Amino acid sequence: MRFMMLMIPGGYATAAPDVMPSANAVEEMMKYNEALKRAGVLLALDGLHPPSTGARVSFKGGKPTVTDGPFAEVKEVLGGYWMIDVRSREEAIEWARRCPAGENDVIEVRRVQEMSDFPEDVQKAVVEGFSGLKD
Amino acid sequence: MTTTATIEAVWRIEQPKLAARLTRRLRDVGLAEEVVQDAFLEALERWPRDGIPRNPAAWLTRVAINRALDRLRRTVMLDGKHRELAIDLAELEREMPDMEAALDEDIDDDLLRLIFTACHSMLPAEQRVALALRMLGGLTTPEIARAFMVPEATIAQRIVRAKRALRDAGVAFDTPRGEQRRERLAAVLEVVYLIFNEGYVASVGSDWLRAGLCDEALRLGRLLAALMPEEPEALGLVALMELNASRFAARIDKAGNPILLLDQDRSRWDWSLARRGLDGLNRAMALTPTPGRYLLQAMIAACHARAVSVADTDWIAIAAFYQALALAAPSPIVEVNRAVAVGMAFGPTQGLAIADGLQDEPRLRDSHLLPTVRGDLLEKLGRIEEARAEFRRAAELTGNERERALLLARAGRHHLNVNTAYRSTRQRPL
Repeated sequence: MRFMMLMIPGGYATAAPDVMPSANAVEEMMKYNEALKRAGVLLALDGLHPPSTGARVSFKGGKPTVTDGPFAEVKEVLGGYWMIDVRSREEAIEWARRCPAGENDVIEVRRVQEMSDFPEDVQKAVVEGFSGLKD
Repeated sequence: MTTTATIEAVWRIEQPKLAARLTRRLRDVGLAEEVVQDAFLEALERWPRDGIPRNPAAWLTRVAINRALDRLRRTVMLDGKHRELAIDLAELEREMPDMEAALDEDIDDDLLRLIFTACHSMLPAEQRVALALRMLGGLTTPEIARAFMVPEATIAQRIVRAKRALRDAGVAFDTPRGEQRRERLAAVLEVVYLIFNEGYVASVGSDWLRAGLCDEALRLGRLLAALMPEEPEALGLVALMELNASRFAARIDKAGNPILLLDQDRSRWDWSLARRGLDGLNRAMALTPTPGRYLLQAMIAACHARAVSVADTDWIAIAAFYQALALAAPSPIVEVNRAVAVGMAFGPTQGLAIADGLQDEPRLRDSHLLPTVRGDLLEKLGRIEEARAEFRRAAELTGNERERALLLARAGRHHLNVNTAYRSTRQRPL
């Protein structure tokens, strides 16, 4: 089953646009990423620029409204993710525990929805939607 | 979160590394396999009571080494003399305090050695498969038995025999180089692909462990690709498995009957997995001008993955890849597939010429495959009576009830548009 480990770095909401992790932190994280890869569980990973260079699109009143970052009211923002394929929720959590994260960081572990998780009528709608997309 | 589930999770992560580390220390795959199991059983007994240790890897390694020392001392005592041991007991005892420091060592080489040893080409494939799932996948004997639908005693025996054969042959714990490497690597990759295919043929409602074999094989394959990023066939195998696995949901209907690739609803394919497969394939192809059997099969699978429909498929490329595959890994099944591809690419006459050449092939005699393919090609050529005879023969040979009914329908309803009648019985015609 696939899980996403969502990295929520402490203080990232207000981080400067050009913020960069230290060489040491990067090295530690690379080791961790290698371990995931060596275990055959890593499917994908990416890091995200801080929200100060991003934007939020909200839909209050049914209309899209764009707000440029940083977002003063938001406390926790994503800094990146790993997509892993493991045998159980516990294994995903065990991998998250092993991450060389900072003390203000949080990793949220979430299972990826697979097609088979949906009831039949939803599956059908998804399948038909996808057929349309591919044409 | 229950402790048992957590222990199992830790186990899954630590087990292959533990087995690799122990095999190097003990110079004995069999002994390593036994004491690694011992360590797991002890963890299951003690961790729920004492809590999970801060460094589970160190704990497991220490327990496993202790058990190894126990076993070796007992052997020495029972024999009443210092029988020839693969390792020096005293040396092992001296090493004990360094275990924790040893955990930081680079494990890659040991893992690779373990893979090449557990999947040694001298062992029969079924023994290799059992030993690999046990030592690299961390599956227990009952789990392997359930997944392969054979009695536990059968799997236990395969593992015992494999370990004995490795010990008796004095197989060195190493990574093969030069001439040997190709043959040994083939034996390793075969194990992974056998495990994958065992899971791929699992039907609806079968044990989740059985279908889970595909995931086990994918993980093993990714592990291999990570350890040998320069081996095009290892990368090709992962790409092949990912491309095939992307069709997993579409490969059987609700009743559990297999749906042939050309009849599958392509919108049910897992496109993110297929994309991973295609990316991996590109990386693998860049490594070699002469693709081997897995890479070629991945290239064929990729042609299907890239096609939005059957009509959109690059059959000329597929026919060419099958020709290359027939040279790289000759087999009558490959030839039958080539006949289909050539028939699609260049017309039924050319396809039939290949299929006709296979009629005396003894390995196809009991299979419905060739008469089905011949029937289809003859039908396309308008040679209806001959086609009917072939479908009837195929119906007699197939072991699948539903397939038999379909073949008999094709044999009988030639006056209708046979192809339409055939396809309309499928879940979703393309």
